[in-house]
Amino acid sequence: MRHLMSPMDFSVEELDKLLKLANDIEQNPGKYAHACTGKKLATCFYEPSTRTRLSFEAAMLNLGGSVLGFSSADSSSASKGESVSDTIRVISCYADICAMRHPKEGAPLVASQKSTIPVINAGDGGHQHPTQTLTDLLTIYSLKGKLGGLTIGLCGDLKFGRTVHSLIHALIRYPDIRFVLISPEELRVPSYIREDVLNKNQISYKEVERLEDAMADLDILYMTRVQRERFFNEEDYVRMKDFYILDKSKMALAPKEMLVLHPLPRVNEISVEVDEDPRAAYFKQAQYGVYVRMALILTLLEVEVC
Amino acid sequence: MLNVGAISEGFVLDHIQAGMSLSLYHDLKLDKLDCCVAIIKNARSNKMGKKDILKVECDPNTLNLDVLGFIDRNITVNIIKGGEIVEKKALTLPKEIRNIIRCKNPRCITSIEQELEQVFVLTDEENASYRCKYCEGKFKGYKNKKR
Repeated sequence: MRHLMSPMDFSVEELDKLLKLANDIEQNPGKYAHACTGKKLATCFYEPSTRTRLSFEAAMLNLGGSVLGFSSADSSSASKGESVSDTIRVISCYADICAMRHPKEGAPLVASQKSTIPVINAGDGGHQHPTQTLTDLLTIYSLKGKLGGLTIGLCGDLKFGRTVHSLIHALIRYPDIRFVLISPEELRVPSYIREDVLNKNQISYKEVERLEDAMADLDILYMTRVQRERFFNEEDYVRMKDFYILDKSKMALAPKEMLVLHPLPRVNEISVEVDEDPRAAYFKQAQYGVYVRMALILTLLEVEVC
Repeated sequence: MLNVGAISEGFVLDHIQAGMSLSLYHDLKLDKLDCCVAIIKNARSNKMGKKDILKVECDPNTLNLDVLGFIDRNITVNIIKGGEIVEKKALTLPKEIRNIIRCKNPRCITSIEQELEQVFVLTDEENASYRCKYCEGKFKGYKNKKR
């Protein structure tokens, strides 16, 4: 039995297979419509999420399976003080696979140690968000046709932005990847990403503060939201939240083939005027999120579709 | 020079960084043992200038080498039997340590679920860097570099 805690849990070959499966699901949805009939997905969300939870649910429903779960800690036994280990032992009796989001880092890993069903980390605090990474990889793979030889600009909250951490982990395994890390001083990538991931693997990267200084070099611009819930103090959040706003004038500095990605939800960091730009790929990205979660559920449940 | 008597059975921890013996005494839980312990501080050392020494008269098997290797891999461990040094043990950095240090990241699951084991994993041998197994937060404590 396998779990998914980090994008590194899959080898490059396994990821390749998963992305190809997701592409086949996109091309032939009917073929997979009953692949998980009789199977149940438990969505255990200890903190609010709309798109990740609904994307998981849509994925399971598209496969003919059914879903159950809770969408906040208040509506689960966590409010009565139940541990994650106990909760997953019980959920294992009700469902065939579990997607877990938790505000505390490492909670899905704790669950996976006691679970008898596959556990998918659907986001743990500011730590990892592997299914968003799979979504990002599928989007890049589908729209660029490759995952290597790219310059990727990561912009915004690089300190608490778990999507960014997971994406860096995953992309460094492909050849000739370069990063431009665009953030204010206070929201730079944590030391463990810089030391143990980028420096250790001799990945080319530079850190800049102005978005305008990076635009011309990018194949992908990955924007992120500054998340209020990651700050202990409101004053810091207010100071940081509108640090970057991508608008038409900044897009004019970017190459014609550049893609703009965003894990969504966006607030002010991408102006709505950019939505009509053919390089804006963030809504397509949400659609790819469903395909890749379908592929992931099939893979972890070891369901083969001929 | 102060003279401390030899022990007949037990272990002597030599080349402890000066000033560290008392915290080592607690980290090794020697305060819980019902045996004779000598703590020697600031002894003269050709190699280090000043050093601390711990002499413990008890079954040498009670010594947790993983804890010792994690705290300071440069310490010399002498096993004593019949009043003689019968073995010198080399210390290495353990791959994983359990329930020796606590994760200080307030966002880590271990901060709210107290029954969880505190597990740290060696992620960088050269810099003796340990990270929490759950949140990957770095332990910032001992500077356990090879001397």
